[in-house]
Amino acid sequence: MPKLWELAKLVRAKNAGPFVLTFDIVFGDAATYEQVKRSGVITRELFARVYHVDRDDVLFFEHDRVLAFKASIPRPVSSGDLDDGDVFGGQQHGPLVDLEIPLADPTQT
Amino acid sequence: MPDEVRVLAATGMLGTGFSEASLDLAMARAPHVIGCDAGSTDPGPFYLGSGQAQASRAATTRDLRLMLRAGRAAGIPVLVGSAGTAGGDPHLAFTRDLVEQIACEEGLHFRLALIHAELDRAFLKERLRQRRIHPLNPAPAFGEATVDRATRFVGQMGAEPFMHALEGGADVVVAGRSSDTSIYAAYPLLRGCAPGPVWHAAKILECGAASVAQRLYPDALLAWLHDTDFVVEPPNPAMRCTPNSVVAHTLYENADPFRLHEPAGMLDTRAAEYVAISDRAVRVTGSRFVAANRYTVRIEGAEYVGHRYAVIAGVRDPVVLRQHDRFLAGLRETIDHKVRASLGLEIDRDYRLVFRVYGKNGTMGALEPENSIAGHEVGVVLEVIARTAEEARAAITVAWHTGLHHPVPEWEGLISNWAFPYSPPELDGGPVYRFCVNHVVELDDPLEAFRIEYVDVGQPALATV
Repeated sequence: MPKLWELAKLVRAKNAGPFVLTFDIVFGDAATYEQVKRSGVITRELFARVYHVDRDDVLFFEHDRVLAFKASIPRPVSSGDLDDGDVFGGQQHGPLVDLEIPLADPTQT
Repeated sequence: MPDEVRVLAATGMLGTGFSEASLDLAMARAPHVIGCDAGSTDPGPFYLGSGQAQASRAATTRDLRLMLRAGRAAGIPVLVGSAGTAGGDPHLAFTRDLVEQIACEEGLHFRLALIHAELDRAFLKERLRQRRIHPLNPAPAFGEATVDRATRFVGQMGAEPFMHALEGGADVVVAGRSSDTSIYAAYPLLRGCAPGPVWHAAKILECGAASVAQRLYPDALLAWLHDTDFVVEPPNPAMRCTPNSVVAHTLYENADPFRLHEPAGMLDTRAAEYVAISDRAVRVTGSRFVAANRYTVRIEGAEYVGHRYAVIAGVRDPVVLRQHDRFLAGLRETIDHKVRASLGLEIDRDYRLVFRVYGKNGTMGALEPENSIAGHEVGVVLEVIARTAEEARAAITVAWHTGLHHPVPEWEGLISNWAFPYSPPELDGGPVYRFCVNHVVELDDPLEAFRIEYVDVGQPALATV
């Protein structure tokens, strides 16, 4: 089963201001993007589960124009606060990179 | 409105550099204004709290000098927003000093507007009582106690203070904390350009060449604004904008890729269309700006938390690594006991003791799903945050010495568990601040909180009025 990094051209995290983390998962071609969308793995619920936040606190977008999923969540602590380990929020996407994505085999349908 | 207004972003962040050749090529396209953003909350609360700037004097001077020279030679305004990283008064003074020094060295004369962005405590308390301060999500509790406690507050100004300074005859504007886009929106709005394309172009300009397909290094970006569209193109022939690179940039650092909130309203890019007009330039149509029914600016504030000392220590002994959680738990107890005995300081009351374990969960902390040590070594960062530098240094010295020799049951005799790369082991992390507000405040007038000061720079003393 392919992993997310093998399918996407970019998986990244970054602050959107000091109180919000935002994640971008961008694909290079529409077919892969659509297949990943159909897999149902990349969802609002995924971010709620991995980052321990309420589903209602996750902003989630499927940006068809740039073939990207985007999610934004409240930071567990604000940037640079005592319990923060990532001031720019740039390494918080780690657990997403190796997610397994079940793709429907187009030759089998 | 004019047929066309051309806006140049020198680079994404003042002091991070741009190619001088790119600036020359951009100036040959006859821009009407040069802008540059000089700040961000990205590097954390230290800069707002301490009054220091992230970029050095040397790096900031280099970029500013080229911009001021180009702007004065062409007779066009130069606008700098969020001066000195955090845009407070010390940051404004830092940047003003550099501007005046450059003017002196280059023999430049111009009218400088300094726009102050610090919010005073009385104003914030009044707005709190009027219930005209509103939380964003998420927001810490914010009341009069926070206002008293914090070291400094700034407001993110909109385009109006820049517009006012330009109308006041400023050739160069150095502004405190500004919304990134306001720097680039001000001039075209003053010339009567339609707000949809203006704010959308400003959003793309604010990161300089970040919206190109492959940014090789920080560099300049040009925008041509028209009535119903705008065009963006990097002046550097080695870089190019594509429809995809320009749209993709709306993802970056924004919580919402389609809606961007500004003091005066909201940029809505949902209906925007992006078309390549050459292999390096993109035309954007369909950008909308929806005016807000109340004018609000974002408040930023930093409060002092304490003073930090930190120690980096390597652990390579497999016996210690196999019981590392237990080792640290026992160590914490021993440090607590020893610091109380020798310094009279109480853990979690007088100081905080933090272990960050790289090789386990140093990056993600409590959110780390793979919470175990798989490798042959870990890096421990030990921190003490206390009220004063003196207390923090005293406590961390006890702490690292205790950690160095903390016993494990398997080994008999005195052992040394921590490999320190430095002597002294402790590093002075300086004062520690925290962002203490994530709210917006309503203004009666966009200029209300932003005092403008005019200075005639480089004029002989006798000629000033």
